[in-house]
Amino acid sequence: MSDVKKFMYVNRKAPYGTIYAWEALEVVLIGAAFEQDVSLAFVDDGVFQLVKGQDTTELGIKNFSPTYSALGDYDVNKIYVEKESLDARGLTIDDLMPLTYEDEDDDWAEKDSIRVVTAAEMAEILEQQDVVLSF
Amino acid sequence: MSTLHTVNKSPFDRPSLQTCLRLAGKDHAVLLFEDGVYGALQGSTVADTVKKALDTVSIYVLGADLKARGLSEDKLIDGIKIVDYKGFVELTVENDKVNAWL
Amino acid sequence: MPIEVEGKTIETDEEGYLANLNDWTPAVAEAMAKEDGTELTDAHWEVINFLREYYDEYQIAPAVRVLTKAIGKKLGKEKGNSKYLYELFPYGPGKQACKYAGLPKPTGCV
Repeated sequence: MSDVKKFMYVNRKAPYGTIYAWEALEVVLIGAAFEQDVSLAFVDDGVFQLVKGQDTTELGIKNFSPTYSALGDYDVNKIYVEKESLDARGLTIDDLMPLTYEDEDDDWAEKDSIRVVTAAEMAEILEQQDVVLSF
Repeated sequence: MSTLHTVNKSPFDRPSLQTCLRLAGKDHAVLLFEDGVYGALQGSTVADTVKKALDTVSIYVLGADLKARGLSEDKLIDGIKIVDYKGFVELTVENDKVNAWL
Repeated sequence: MPIEVEGKTIETDEEGYLANLNDWTPAVAEAMAKEDGTELTDAHWEVINFLREYYDEYQIAPAVRVLTKAIGKKLGKEKGNSKYLYELFPYGPGKQACKYAGLPKPTGCV
């Protein structure tokens, strides 16, 4: 497994106004089959994708927010949210859906996938990636 | 002449809302829909601009788009009114002109 | 290719997946299976029902790898392996079972 690369998907768009958010999520799920080291970053309006309580019934379009909860099953459990982007939008981590995964190396204990990081920390995480895909 | 301004883009993605509020006339109506509804959030970097604008214009937000995005009424800036699709239509009828800020 | 179920015509896409997810009934699954020459047993239904529950919760059809792991957890280790699932669904547990369950083709099916 020496050819495992670090992939980061950077999400910068709000969920329903454009198709970017859903497209990115599909790419992540499909890409997960390749067993790479995958992480997700949510910055700018991308943080709105994770807001809890989304209900698209009146719009008559698919609510794909429940799909983020399946990411743990796909071994995607490093989800970084930029604090500065939350702050600028009047949001805190309490406004986001709790996303979890089961840690295989820790007797399948349920752990949080979301980590709120500062811009400086995010820059460092981006620096460590082999491939960065931006949506 | 009374004008309804509509904004459907996030104020954090492009400055359509900010420009709309800067150029809207006195007693005009502004309707936020689609990603425009994010402009109604309390505590954001545009909230002060929106609050100030409420002194001269009425601001409405489309309820269906708020719900889709998980934004509840208590997250909104005081003074912004929620309307449904019927209210949207009524606003367009009540005003002489519609100015869509894309 | 539309299929006939209990006197109703139901639209499917070129690969046989339902065009409209709401058209699904157990009879639709039976009809699809019959066309493939498969008789649905309780073991098949266990997987089909699991997939429908998964879709209801997460709004996606799981990839085979995810399905296998999740089945093992929910229905027991002896069922959570590709051999067991391929015996039930020889055309591929993801594709074939999702089709019978009325779901779209699995996301992450490469």
